Amino acid sequence: MMPAMAMFVASRLVHLSAVDVIIIAFYFVLVLGIGFYLRGRAQTGEDFFMAGREMTAWVAGLSFLSANLGALELMGWAAGAYQYGMLAVHWYWIGAIPAMLFLGIVMMPFYYISKTHSVPGYLKLRFGEASRTLSSVSFAFMTVLMSGINMYSMALVMKVVLGWDIHFSIWVSSLTVAVYVALGGLRSAIFNEVLQFILIWAGALLIPILGLIDAGGWSNLKLRIAQNASAEYTHAWATLGSFNGNPMGTHWTGIVFGLGFVLAFGYWTTDFLVVQRVLAAKDLRAAKMAPIIGAAFKLMVPLIVILPGLLALAVLPTRLMGETAAVASGGHSYNEVLPLMLARYCGPGLLGLGVTALIAGFMSGMAGNVSAFTTVWTYDIYRALINKNASDHHYVNMGRWCTVLGVLISVGTAYLVMSFASIMDYVQALFSFFIAPLFGTVILGMLWKRATSAGGFWGLLAGTLSSIAMWAWVKADPAALRYVALSPNARDMAENMYRGLWSWIVCVLVTVAVSYVTKPKPDSELNGLVYGVTAIPQEAEVALYRRPAFWAVVVAVIFVALNILFW
Amino acid sequence: MREGDISIWFFIGISLLVNGILILSAGLWEVFHPPANPVVLFSLHANVWWGAVLLLFGLIYCFQFAPRREL
Repeated sequence: MMPAMAMFVASRLVHLSAVDVIIIAFYFVLVLGIGFYLRGRAQTGEDFFMAGREMTAWVAGLSFLSANLGALELMGWAAGAYQYGMLAVHWYWIGAIPAMLFLGIVMMPFYYISKTHSVPGYLKLRFGEASRTLSSVSFAFMTVLMSGINMYSMALVMKVVLGWDIHFSIWVSSLTVAVYVALGGLRSAIFNEVLQFILIWAGALLIPILGLIDAGGWSNLKLRIAQNASAEYTHAWATLGSFNGNPMGTHWTGIVFGLGFVLAFGYWTTDFLVVQRVLAAKDLRAAKMAPIIGAAFKLMVPLIVILPGLLALAVLPTRLMGETAAVASGGHSYNEVLPLMLARYCGPGLLGLGVTALIAGFMSGMAGNVSAFTTVWTYDIYRALINKNASDHHYVNMGRWCTVLGVLISVGTAYLVMSFASIMDYVQALFSFFIAPLFGTVILGMLWKRATSAGGFWGLLAGTLSSIAMWAWVKADPAALRYVALSPNARDMAENMYRGLWSWIVCVLVTVAVSYVTKPKPDSELNGLVYGVTAIPQEAEVALYRRPAFWAVVVAVIFVALNILFW
Repeated sequence: MREGDISIWFFIGISLLVNGILILSAGLWEVFHPPANPVVLFSLHANVWWGAVLLLFGLIYCFQFAPRREL
């Protein structure tokens, strides 16, 4: 690590005052303090890996959302809004809300009643050991790699924004996360994620408020965007009739079916990184409410991510550009849009809080990755395949060491990416290979009792391999894009959406075909795992306003209204 | 939570309270010692009222979820 004073270099986007540094330092003291305070509450496996299953709906719901507000999220989608306009909002609305509500109302009862500790754990109960091994190994591998990529992205941002040395950022943030997760387990990760969620809002909400005053209100903002870029930038759906009609090079079918259905449902309902938070809820009602509360806040996240990107189009005196052009010309890149807006409006103190919000976002994502990796490694790989009969105390110790190991592997990945930048593209593509087919396997497992163990395994494998094959096909022959993404004009994001859709279809078709030629499990073995043979507690006696379904409808109505409003 | 545990909302209250005090103080200092290169919309003194809002919420959360109350 570099000496502390060497972290400050000459080139930086913003300059911190003493009060800003105190605010950032206080944040680190507080998250470590929470970790030390909770260290005595993580003595059993249930405490360390599942937070004792005693989180309220609010805590689980905010943590569920916060774990997703990671390194690439805040900065990346603010930049996305600057580049693509309102189209970026689909990653927060149709790309999240229906899936989160579906998780809460339809899927959560099966995850919760089965008392599984992880998504691969559910696959073990439903489809057997082979499916669990396939999903747990791929998840563990990808999670630490993604964590490393996020870590590197964060360090890069801190270098550009604050001039901090890249090694200093990587080690300070990763060691802090390692300490508080290793000490307090999932409970510590969840507590800090809720704190980080509040700080993200406290630090970022001023930008849209002041930005709208600066731009002269929403109507004037639209006018200025139309002058500086294009009137199409303020529409979410109107430009999606053709691949050429919008800056993202995509089509409404890709957004609705690829992003809104397959990728969103795959991520929000089967990625253990987020589902783990909900499994820690104290009862079934809290577990069902948590994703709905998360969805309600997810509807509002565009205020602090997308709106700053749009405001930048209207109020910034200089045009931002791609990374390569920015390096060549000495200008600012799209990825700097959020720090530029912070620097524009935030004086001493507020700037420190804004930077703390960015750091908090990065650390909550990293902690989410590490705690999910630790649980899957310990329960679904180590206990299942290596050491089946150890004591609970042994597995908790394994979890603590695994947390440190997971962070170190992530740091190693960050340094690998630093040396070979193209790895980032490959790992992100790798991650997408598993998400869509996994959703196919889990949803058939939950809703179709005829699905067999062989069907589940071969469907998952076939879906994953087909996704890899499509990716390799386009890499080898770019002209294949017209088949995979239905248009030669499709861009990377559109290709990802359609590849996810096709791999999900392959997974479902293979699962159904293999299931029909293999023997199903008897109903008695599917109790608690599958719709139709599981007794789900009814809520007839509960007041309407306390029912998760009621709040899911409220969120769904607001979701539809917002899409129409910004059509 | 077990009896006697400190609520997460108390930690959040502490965070908002400390940040509120620091930001409000920095804002008030700037009111009386305006910077040479002020931020855009400096005249609104965002750090004064935003610091005050955080301070207020911090006080409410600290009081409401203080360990002696959240048993």
